[in-house]
Amino acid sequence: MNFVVPDFYPATAEIFLAAMTLVVMLITAFARRVARNLSYALAQTTLLVAAFITLFTLDIGVDHTFGGMFVRDLLGGVMKLVVYVAVMVALVYGRGYLAARKLDRPEFFLLTLLATLGMMVMITANHLLVLYIGLEMMSLSLYALVAFNRDDARSTEAGMKYFVLGALASGLLLYGMSMVYGATGSLELPAVANAVFQHSANRAVLLFGLVFLVGGISFKLGVVPFHMWVPDVYQGAPTAVTLIVASAPKLAGLALALRLLVGGMYGLAFHWQTMLMLVAAASIVLGNLAALVQHDIRRMLAYSGISHMGFMLLGLLSGVAGGNADLAAGAYSSALFYGIAYALMTLAAFGMVTLLSGAGFDAGNIEDFKGLNRRSPWFALMMLFVMFSMAGIPFFVGFFAKLVVLQSAIAAGHLWIAILAVVMSVIGAYYYLRVVKLMYFDEPENTAPIVAGGELRVLLSVNALAIAALGLMPGALLDLCLQALRTSALAG
Amino acid sequence: MTDIPFLSLAIWIPILGGVLTLATGPDVNARMARTVALLSALLGFVVTLPLYAGFDPNTAAMQFVEMRPWIDRFHVAYHLGIDGLSLWFVLLNAFITVLVVIAGWQVVKVRVAQYMAAFLIMSGLMNGIFAALDGVLFYVFFEASLIPLYLVIGVWGGPNRVYAAFKFFLFTLAGSLLMLLALIYLYNVSGSFEILVWHDVPLARHVQSMIFFAFLVAFGVKVPMWPVHTWLPDAHVEAPTGGSVVLAAIALKLGAYGFVRFSLPIVPDAVATYAPLVIALSLVAVVYIGFVALVQTDMKKLVAYSSIAHMGFVTLGFFLGNSLGVEGALVQMISHGFVSAAMFLCIGVLYDRMHSRQIADYGGVANTMPKFAAFFMLFAMANCGLPGTSGFVGEFTVILGAMKLNFWVAFLAATTLVLGAAYTLWMYKRVVFGAVANEKVASLTDIGGREFLFLALLAICVLAMGLYPFPFTETMHVSVDELLRHVAAGKLPPPL
Repeated sequence: MNFVVPDFYPATAEIFLAAMTLVVMLITAFARRVARNLSYALAQTTLLVAAFITLFTLDIGVDHTFGGMFVRDLLGGVMKLVVYVAVMVALVYGRGYLAARKLDRPEFFLLTLLATLGMMVMITANHLLVLYIGLEMMSLSLYALVAFNRDDARSTEAGMKYFVLGALASGLLLYGMSMVYGATGSLELPAVANAVFQHSANRAVLLFGLVFLVGGISFKLGVVPFHMWVPDVYQGAPTAVTLIVASAPKLAGLALALRLLVGGMYGLAFHWQTMLMLVAAASIVLGNLAALVQHDIRRMLAYSGISHMGFMLLGLLSGVAGGNADLAAGAYSSALFYGIAYALMTLAAFGMVTLLSGAGFDAGNIEDFKGLNRRSPWFALMMLFVMFSMAGIPFFVGFFAKLVVLQSAIAAGHLWIAILAVVMSVIGAYYYLRVVKLMYFDEPENTAPIVAGGELRVLLSVNALAIAALGLMPGALLDLCLQALRTSALAG
Repeated sequence: MTDIPFLSLAIWIPILGGVLTLATGPDVNARMARTVALLSALLGFVVTLPLYAGFDPNTAAMQFVEMRPWIDRFHVAYHLGIDGLSLWFVLLNAFITVLVVIAGWQVVKVRVAQYMAAFLIMSGLMNGIFAALDGVLFYVFFEASLIPLYLVIGVWGGPNRVYAAFKFFLFTLAGSLLMLLALIYLYNVSGSFEILVWHDVPLARHVQSMIFFAFLVAFGVKVPMWPVHTWLPDAHVEAPTGGSVVLAAIALKLGAYGFVRFSLPIVPDAVATYAPLVIALSLVAVVYIGFVALVQTDMKKLVAYSSIAHMGFVTLGFFLGNSLGVEGALVQMISHGFVSAAMFLCIGVLYDRMHSRQIADYGGVANTMPKFAAFFMLFAMANCGLPGTSGFVGEFTVILGAMKLNFWVAFLAATTLVLGAAYTLWMYKRVVFGAVANEKVASLTDIGGREFLFLALLAICVLAMGLYPFPFTETMHVSVDELLRHVAAGKLPPPL
């Protein structure tokens, strides 16, 4: 195999996914009658097979291919696996929701696969342009998905907002990349890193470009001050799409940040860390405060997501302290752990929203969770797990996620931001507790039994139990994250 | 010593029992839920007995140690062990859990399985707090135990339960998150989350001060100390009887325990510096809160304030810096565990019949409930520290310790004997003695067998501890001396 197509081997999963996307596209065009179910099944199978391919090619080595534009390392493998799983889970959760609204058209699954491919490219890119192409492939598919319910004004409005702001952010990023290219004369990340490190590049131009890069990354992560789109999109998009937008792309955003900032701009760590520190602090403050006053659970989760991304950035900005890079792998792995934990929690939270949404009814209002303990003690318990995990209470994975990023921040000497973060998490605990209060302390207004497909019920339970299980045994995942960062292409 | 992991059993049997109870589901299976809960509580208590039987009082080292790696990345271990400081709290906790299950037997009628499960899980988590020797493990149990209590107050509580539950949760969380930062800081300094390693890690003075205040806030809220005590009366008033019992008997001890396990040995020099501050706060709690208790019209609120005053005694004893103070405080903690549990159960007995906690609604209860009045009398006496009851031993020892330090501290502390007697006995008089106040009181029925059982069990404990405290002090002695030796040695390098 290696001998026949030596260059393609590291990219097998990407190539397979791209090929399958074309197959789904053909089915969409020529087999409309069976396409609805077939494309769903094909999408899930594709993701599953891609996951297996990635899993079996997972090792600690680093391969470059396509002339150094593509890199395969353990970090990318782990992130891609999380992306596949997140998208698969999101599709399962969203299926009943889509079917009830006649939105389960084959285009939906096609766009989802394309978005996934975009994320994979972002995760494995080693070249500024490739990174940008991956980003655009993901973003354009997501814009279309957000506006997928074209008869719904909110959905199209959200899509429009997302598109206009997202296009602006992509422009910023591209502009930043062009600055970097101008200053360093290269688009390949290792060469950029080298030029930055050697101080051979024009520093003013580089810093100017860096500001735009950080701006673009911040938009994709949805952090202050580039967070405006997040609540509107989460609320306006069909919940099945919110599931996708809120989970896997955050990880792709982290990959973007890791590849660009750590991989390319490591020599300027002091500068981007300072920028990210402001961004993180503002996100944690604003996200938690704004979430307090939301009545719509999707908006609440959106603001809570903004603060979670701020927490994730705490790990990213704690890698280099006083010119000392010993902490780097630990700090970046804490951000990765946070990202994975957040993806799990946000999937479960929006999964609960789809569970409670019936045909023609979106359980968007927080009040819809009222008395859930009466209607379904089991799912009330599952939601309790998710809420306490998001609030960072043990024994749930959210606690360990907070623990590791706070540990990184304190180790890097950022005590003040750690104190700010914990103070804000006390405030943040309020709105998670409010959901628990509604579920447990109040009587239900709507006593209708919950109608939902079996696979949604089972998977949602597994998801919530995984949050608890990872909270009891976080060791293996923490080790894996650290190992991924230590052996990654960034390590050099 | 055997290889049976008694501490793990003490933690996980109640938790698994709680999960099993939860699995019995809706209220149609309430009978089964109660039975499963009682069996798990009893089994959970039985496995703690070998801890006392096999405890060696002649060593300050940790006993019944269990050590397994948990999170390698941070060298966090599942490390359990107890010494003379923690032994009794594990037993007390397991014992109180049995009582709570019995006390809730008929009283709780809705969501029985969830109620019982919450208490069992909480009991296991709290045993974990007392047995944990690893910082992360301690913290995890410490915070996780908030969840069941939050639910207990919120689901089965009184009319203002939502406010009380939120206040309880957020106050405690605010304190404990600062502690988390301190724990992480200690890890970064020492490279370990082992509490025993932290006992020996040298720390500069300003670092000690910062950590000291983080711990003070965390544990002070939990104790609770004046002026961060305001959540406790609310929580007590709104919580169901069982919730109040566990809150007073066990949850408050967690904060005080934190002081002896963390503050004193980890930051001894800061403790020496700031001891006057803590002593002052404790005295405010003893005197001022004593007066506050005097004017309460709600029985539960009165006992809640009396708890704050008694816990003020505990923090006072810890920071006196002598073995009388620390030992007295530990004895006081255990005694308060019995007495406050008994007081809240007594109030619960009345509340179940009258559905009122207002003192004004009562009067002449002794005429209709003589057996109950006798028990209530004993516990009221213990609450004001009458010699011969457990309340006396701790308070007297702490006052002796205070006398060694400073006459006026001892004087102010001793006012509790007057104030405690005043508010407790005055309440007792108004509720129990006098003419029968109204028809409702006239139609009261005396306690039944189930109520007799849990009150009698507590009465035995209160009297036994008051008359023969030796088994309690014996196990503490060596550990307390070792702790004080460690605190006195300090951590700062000797001046050049």
